[in-house]
Amino acid sequence: MIEALQFEFMQHAFLAGLLASIICGIMGTLVVINRIVFLSGGIAHAAYGGIGLSFYFGWPYMAGAIGFSTVTALIMATVTLKAKHRTDTLIGVMWAVGMATGILLLDLTPGYNVDLMSYLFGSILTVAISDIWLMLAMCGLICCLMLYFYQDLIAISYDQEFARIRGVPTTLLYIMLILLLAVTIVLLIQIVGLILVIALLTIPPFIMERHSRSLAKMIIGSIILSTLFTICGLWLAYTYNLTSGASIIMVGGVVFFLFLGVEKALFRFNKIS
Amino acid sequence: MERHTGINLDMKKKKLVEIKNVSYAKNGQKVLLDVNFNIYKCDFIAMIGPNGGGKTTLLKLMLGLLKPTSGSLRIFDETPGKASQKIGYVPQNVHINRSFPITVLDVVLMGKLEPRTKWWQRKRDQDRREAMQALEIMHVADCAGKMIGQLSGGQRQRVFIARALITTPELLLLDEPTASLDTKGKTDFFNILKELNQKISILMVSHDLFIVSSYVKSVACVNKRLHYHDQAEITGDMLESMYSCTVEDVCPVELVAHGLPQRVLKKHDEHEHHD
Repeated sequence: MIEALQFEFMQHAFLAGLLASIICGIMGTLVVINRIVFLSGGIAHAAYGGIGLSFYFGWPYMAGAIGFSTVTALIMATVTLKAKHRTDTLIGVMWAVGMATGILLLDLTPGYNVDLMSYLFGSILTVAISDIWLMLAMCGLICCLMLYFYQDLIAISYDQEFARIRGVPTTLLYIMLILLLAVTIVLLIQIVGLILVIALLTIPPFIMERHSRSLAKMIIGSIILSTLFTICGLWLAYTYNLTSGASIIMVGGVVFFLFLGVEKALFRFNKIS
Repeated sequence: MERHTGINLDMKKKKLVEIKNVSYAKNGQKVLLDVNFNIYKCDFIAMIGPNGGGKTTLLKLMLGLLKPTSGSLRIFDETPGKASQKIGYVPQNVHINRSFPITVLDVVLMGKLEPRTKWWQRKRDQDRREAMQALEIMHVADCAGKMIGQLSGGQRQRVFIARALITTPELLLLDEPTASLDTKGKTDFFNILKELNQKISILMVSHDLFIVSSYVKSVACVNKRLHYHDQAEITGDMLESMYSCTVEDVCPVELVAHGLPQRVLKKHDEHEHHD
């Protein structure tokens, strides 16, 4: 493991994994407590349309993907605010149409076709240093906003009506949350792939949710868990020559099911004794 | 004679809420129709009415969470949204987000949330003391360190009332606050409310007709329209027009046991409105 770190690509992979863990720990916690996991999945898959758009028109990847997923995220946020009961249907449709758009546009793009797999599972081992800087900037921005709006975010996540009565700008904060989520997802898709983004966003906060006494503790716990998953996954990928993204998700998944099993067993045990 | 003194008292009292000709429609269906209603300082009003009669809607209009289709609302002489910080609100549904990682104390501290003061300007110790006091008033101080999801429905309801109390409200809006309380809890709770009522005006949605008549000062019946009754009695007529059933259907034991049939029944149309 230690000797692996002498390679520059491994150092980059670790840095990227660590930054992704911090970002996912914070955003994932907000996603889980606001019950918008499905919405995040929708944004992540619809971002595919943005990737297709970028390739078809020859734009830089980031511009197309961020533009496209910001717009879809805003539409989803509006629907969530206006017509709550229709939300999941509409997200499901946008999820599918976004992906189909991406694939059709890639079909229509002449010449070299990108490897779809690399967007599903990412390529953390080939992260460029510029991407790491970008992630660092995003990480800083998210941390600052989180600190500044901490109490307000708790209030809107726990009881939106009460937050509004206390004068918290709930709609603005909700839109900010969704926009941050869209940018986060696009940024991380390129590096860790869209499936790993969803996994890192949801698995650690889910494990932490019922065992944290506050939102801050849930965030810190989630960051630690995602970091562990990433390091173990990278080590497995390096040692056994496996796909890095899939290894990280596997580690997370195994821990998740182990955790559920232990929790169930303890519950039974407490009941008997 | 009686009515005369009533008016005199009203003139002295400060008007907190003024609702004029307010109607509200949702998806083309009229929920509230031409509601006129005032709340004065130190009022203790029970709001009764059938499910879907518009009680919660009226509360949400006062809080500025909904906008009226027509008519005007003045809350503390301001438009509803602006004054909502002076109102303590206890929602009907206290079962939201039970797995949320938050302690009881932190839920109560949410009542100290003010967007203009950021966390570094907060007086944490003082807020914490006030929160503990509010929990003590509601007899759930020993739960302060527990997670909100661990509490029973009744305890959670008390916590939500404590949260409303530390907003130092001038008006308390309670949406079926006794729904999850046991009989002992209800009596305790109403005694607490009675004490609070010395300083705070209270408007409470309730289906507990028995308790309503023994604690509140006046009754508002809401079923699309609002009828205000200056006294705490619940008459057979009120029930008939509200629930379209007779006294015996609603609760044959409670009401008859409290001597309702002997009371003089007033009719809505004869009744003098509050303003």
